[in-house]
Amino acid sequence: MIHTARMKEREDGPFSTSAAGDLPDDLFEKLDESDRQDNEEITRPSKSYWQDAWARFRKDPLAMIGLCVIIVMAVAAIFGPIFSEYTYDGQNLENGNHPPSAEHWFGTDKFGRDIFVRTLYGARISLLIGFVAAAINMVIGIIYGGISGYFGGRVDMLLMRIVDIMIGVPDLLYIILVMMFLGNSIQSILIALCLTSWIGTARIVRSQVVTLKHQEYALAARAIGSSNLRILFKHLIPNSIGPIIVTVTFLVPSAIFSEAFLSFLGIGIQVPIASWGTLVNDAIPTLFTQPYQMLFPALAISITMFALNFIGDGLRDALDPRLKK
Amino acid sequence: MTQTTENLIEVKHLKKYFDVKKGLFSRSDRQLKAVDDISFSIKKGETLGLVGESGCGKTTAGRTLLRLYEPTSGQILFQGAPLENLKHSELLPYRKKMQMIFQDPYASLDPRMTVGEIIGDPLDVHRICKGKDRSDRIRELVELVGLKRDHINRYPHEFSGGQRQRIGIARALAVEPEFIVCDEPISALDVSIQAQVVNMLEDLQERFGLTYLFISHDLSMVRHISHKVGVMYLGSLVEIADAHELYTNMQHPYTKALLSAVPIPDPDLAEKSKRIHLQGDVPSPLDPPPGCAFQTRCAYAVAACREAKPALKDVGNGHQVACHIVS
Repeated sequence: MIHTARMKEREDGPFSTSAAGDLPDDLFEKLDESDRQDNEEITRPSKSYWQDAWARFRKDPLAMIGLCVIIVMAVAAIFGPIFSEYTYDGQNLENGNHPPSAEHWFGTDKFGRDIFVRTLYGARISLLIGFVAAAINMVIGIIYGGISGYFGGRVDMLLMRIVDIMIGVPDLLYIILVMMFLGNSIQSILIALCLTSWIGTARIVRSQVVTLKHQEYALAARAIGSSNLRILFKHLIPNSIGPIIVTVTFLVPSAIFSEAFLSFLGIGIQVPIASWGTLVNDAIPTLFTQPYQMLFPALAISITMFALNFIGDGLRDALDPRLKK
Repeated sequence: MTQTTENLIEVKHLKKYFDVKKGLFSRSDRQLKAVDDISFSIKKGETLGLVGESGCGKTTAGRTLLRLYEPTSGQILFQGAPLENLKHSELLPYRKKMQMIFQDPYASLDPRMTVGEIIGDPLDVHRICKGKDRSDRIRELVELVGLKRDHINRYPHEFSGGQRQRIGIARALAVEPEFIVCDEPISALDVSIQAQVVNMLEDLQERFGLTYLFISHDLSMVRHISHKVGVMYLGSLVEIADAHELYTNMQHPYTKALLSAVPIPDPDLAEKSKRIHLQGDVPSPLDPPPGCAFQTRCAYAVAACREAKPALKDVGNGHQVACHIVS
């Protein structure tokens, strides 16, 4: 039992100079047990890494706007076409090249197809390709870069030289070759896009793992008896997840852009399926007579690019506060 | 103190050399002799203190002993079983018996894991317990090292240095080890906290019959906690003896200089004591002097010191000294 006592304030003021030994007993009063202060107590509520990051992310207005735009766009792309009386391939030749109106919000193309519905369908394809390509790139990049960085030495040398060789050949060359070989479909676009774009992620992961693997907690994990793979995937990768997510976030717009670019060149998505790239491509002949046909899909691409880049910037600041200017 | 004759840990001629690459165009790769032929043994339930200045190879010796670094040569025996050539899978049962407490309580805990996950990690690796048993065990460990139950779901960055070190100790104790390497467990802590942690380590030793290798440069603390003390200089063990014997009857000139540097709290006594000031710096372990490593700074060096490296020899009572001039 610890006796805690507190000195009463004396009548002549608290700053009395008498030595502690001379204090009479009646100056002390016993403290209530409930009054006991616990100095070891942590008062701040426990926050995980993600809660902290979310709190920082929420304070970035541009990133929040970006996030809202993407959410609205994704919801519209998934559910929007259900509520429309038009379909992406329903033609109405009598009603071709109709300018925007209450009937057709974005107007119609030369076959009389509703551009609003086609743009929403395009969002499905484009967002799907963007996020799936980014996810595949993340997985490949983490595994490749993680192994290269953790095991180091000859393994690292070999894996990184392979990457150097791959990066030396222009991306477009592979992509066009793969598209020629596999034909035009979403799968072949995904394969083509994932062939080389994981290299950036792999390099980021590798550099993170190289710096983290000499940390004492990695050594502590080894002392416990953790296997190499366990140390890598349970300790090192989670600790480098911030930079990885930031890199991957920027991969989403680049994949969407690549797809639009391929479709624009005519080696992407097959008609009548619409993606933003094919919509823009289709609108070229009528650019001067019906500019709205290009305007809306092009706007969709730009807004999505802006939104994703703002999210990426916001995530970078939120996940890695040291990088903040 | 119960004296048993069983050696829990035995180290014979342990060497750890690091390769140092000079550069792309230079062919002469050199070796850094971090630990150069050391031998010692620790009896069950006892503590061996290992002292020496920064960079003398204390930490490397501790880590090589646990096979965190691959030994260049030499033998490591745990209860008579050699560990130096075991593969990862064969070593796993021994990882359960030998643990480590790290120097830096900030770097040695994974910042992305909660206290419960950190302490539970060894339980998962060795598949000791699951589900409710696991959470009970974690709670028990947390309370054993003087933390509170509601600390389990917090992250390491929310704790002070002393509390973090307790988390590290709980992690080491999770697998119920017999032997723990304490690698300067208190040097990163505030003086007022050091005593708490050392007392706790002593209590745990008594309670679980633990054996410690206590690495430190705090000579008074080592004297307090150790049964036997070894003094290292430039990768070699220069003197090893029972704690009392070493502190009262030191033989090696380096040990004398080292112990004379211990601050004495009483200013009157401090004035009377003679401090031995060593000349020069510790030579680079990349380029150690020939013969005795200490000869460049030793006031008593003779010709023999420059020619041959002295071996540890017994001067009575298990007191071993590596010096040509001591007989």
